[in-house]
Amino acid sequence: MAHRNDTVAAVTEHVDTARGTSAATPARPGATPPAGDVRPPRQRLTGEMLRRRFRLDEFLAEKLITAVAFVSLATIVMIFVFVFREAAPIFSTAEKAAVPVGVEEAETYGEEFLGDAGKELKDEQSGRESVETAGAMGDATAENLLGTQWQPVSREPKYGLLPLAVGSLKVTLLAILIAAPIAILAALFTSSFAPKWSKEILKPAIEVLAGFPSVVIGFFALVTLATLMQDLFGYQYRLNAFLGGVAMSLAVIPIIFTVAEDALTAVPKYLREASLALGATRWQTALFVTLPAATPGVFAAVLLGFGRAFGETMIVLMATGNAALLTANLFEPVRTMSATIGAEMAEVVFGDTHYNVLFLLGAILFIFTFSLNAVAELFIRQRLLKRFRGI
Amino acid sequence: MMHSKLLGRILVALTAISALLIVAVVILVTATIIVGGKDTISWAFLTAAPSEGMTEGGIFPAIVGTALLVIIMSVAGVPIGTVTALYLSEYASRKSRIARAIRFAVNTLAGVPAIVFGLFGLGFFVQFVGAGMDNVLTGGVELRWGQPNILWASLTMALLTLPVVIVSVEEAMKTVPQDFRAASLALGATKWQTIWKIVIPNSLTGILTGGILAVSRGAGEVAPILFTGAAYFLPQLPTALSDQFMELGYHIYIMSTQSTNVDATRGIQFATTLVLLLLTFILNFSAIFLRSRVRARQIT
Repeated sequence: MAHRNDTVAAVTEHVDTARGTSAATPARPGATPPAGDVRPPRQRLTGEMLRRRFRLDEFLAEKLITAVAFVSLATIVMIFVFVFREAAPIFSTAEKAAVPVGVEEAETYGEEFLGDAGKELKDEQSGRESVETAGAMGDATAENLLGTQWQPVSREPKYGLLPLAVGSLKVTLLAILIAAPIAILAALFTSSFAPKWSKEILKPAIEVLAGFPSVVIGFFALVTLATLMQDLFGYQYRLNAFLGGVAMSLAVIPIIFTVAEDALTAVPKYLREASLALGATRWQTALFVTLPAATPGVFAAVLLGFGRAFGETMIVLMATGNAALLTANLFEPVRTMSATIGAEMAEVVFGDTHYNVLFLLGAILFIFTFSLNAVAELFIRQRLLKRFRGI
Repeated sequence: MMHSKLLGRILVALTAISALLIVAVVILVTATIIVGGKDTISWAFLTAAPSEGMTEGGIFPAIVGTALLVIIMSVAGVPIGTVTALYLSEYASRKSRIARAIRFAVNTLAGVPAIVFGLFGLGFFVQFVGAGMDNVLTGGVELRWGQPNILWASLTMALLTLPVVIVSVEEAMKTVPQDFRAASLALGATKWQTIWKIVIPNSLTGILTGGILAVSRGAGEVAPILFTGAAYFLPQLPTALSDQFMELGYHIYIMSTQSTNVDATRGIQFATTLVLLLLTFILNFSAIFLRSRVRARQIT
């Protein structure tokens, strides 16, 4: 870009000087004007004439284009504002913890989710209901939000975010642990070892994988992969965190591969050539020169993959079983933050505490991926480029 | 050194196996869906509405809904994306703060999870704009715009696909040779004339590529429309912007998870997935083809 602007500037300057000299020629003392020159001798190119004239249409076009360009910026700000706006009531109710929860509201939906266990719980607690202010548990107090149970549709709704956060982390970490080595090794393959023909197979394959809609990956995981893996590993639950992680890795591989490959191919040629000239083999060069030089880029690739996996909804919604259990077991169903929003938002009462808590989950997802992307960009922009310039 | 040679071979083999694994997975997923769906898919399946409580029949309303969604989305999103790219490529200098802020916003927008876009669509379009429109138009008596519908879903999707369009168009505009612009300016054309007569006509392929990629992305995303307009089943096709709609991806999701008889409708699920997959394949490959033409110009 900078380069291009320089060129434009250079060209315009050039044109201007050319014009300037031709106009100035007749007036130069001692110079003979060309025979065909009929221009009035008084015409001189003054600063006034060179100054850009104000044109209304040009001015409006530029302002309009600039204004439209702000849509992206405005969208980010508005996402921030509107997601937080709907989440905000939680923080005000969190302060006045003793507000009783609307009992009739809690009753409108509940049975279908909780089943028998829920009914028993209700029967047991209905006696105490009149004595206790339900607000202590039912409202989204800080204590409730940090709890270990997610039961938003019981008489005493529990909005413990911990099982959801752990669920998200479990699936995301698994996906990264599977996707990162495969994607980085494959990127190393294309950038250092691959014969040309194999690149022409791998690159389109990655494009196809990146083009798979997440609902298609989710469907494949739910219907085919789940059965396949249960037969293979023989675990109890067909849908679980492990399956979600494996399916998610399919969505993450293209991102990590693309960014890592960009970083690896951006390593200056002279570094590799110097290494090869010193007698290192191709694999030694790849492992000890190219890969270390591209580390910030590869790290950024993993961060971007992490962000994508953390926010991805359809795959986890379909493949993880969606039970908000707080366990370390990878082969039990989990419920992630994104899947919770996807599954429950359609059934909540607008403006309800449950509704606000779901927006809070969205706000957390937004902040988290926002920070990850910012850090990843910093790594690519600053570290990687500085390093290549510095060497 | 035998030891080091062996290590090298193992490393190279590992990288090759990883690459092979990716290719194998892509083939496996595609093949599974083709095999599962090929028996159900037929002309009748594509042109009939679901029947018998969604256990029989076709997916016509879902195809129409998806088409309407991506058309409205493109009408809203492609112009905005193109103009943003125009600003970044023609008006802003790289160092200007505004351009850097917009570029950062575009990158950030590309990384925002789809489900957050869905929340935004619900919070902003449905609850804020829609409810506001109802208040102004009918005094809040009639609930028309303040509920999920195809317009809000399409606009949400347009914002989600905005970065795709911007990146693609900007790349195309960068490949328009500087000489063209310089020649136009030297002939006395103004900046806007240069853009309108030189830059935009020469980036049409890029704009088309961006549009196609956005459509492909928009047709495949389900999370943003979960609660901004997609419906489980509708007896009629949407006729107004304030109607709800059926959509292919959403259809796959509900048919495979929420339907009353999941196993009996496996064929329909696979066939719907196959249709969606074919749609994205065709769109993506035409985009790749067009992009390769744009890039070829860059070299010459």
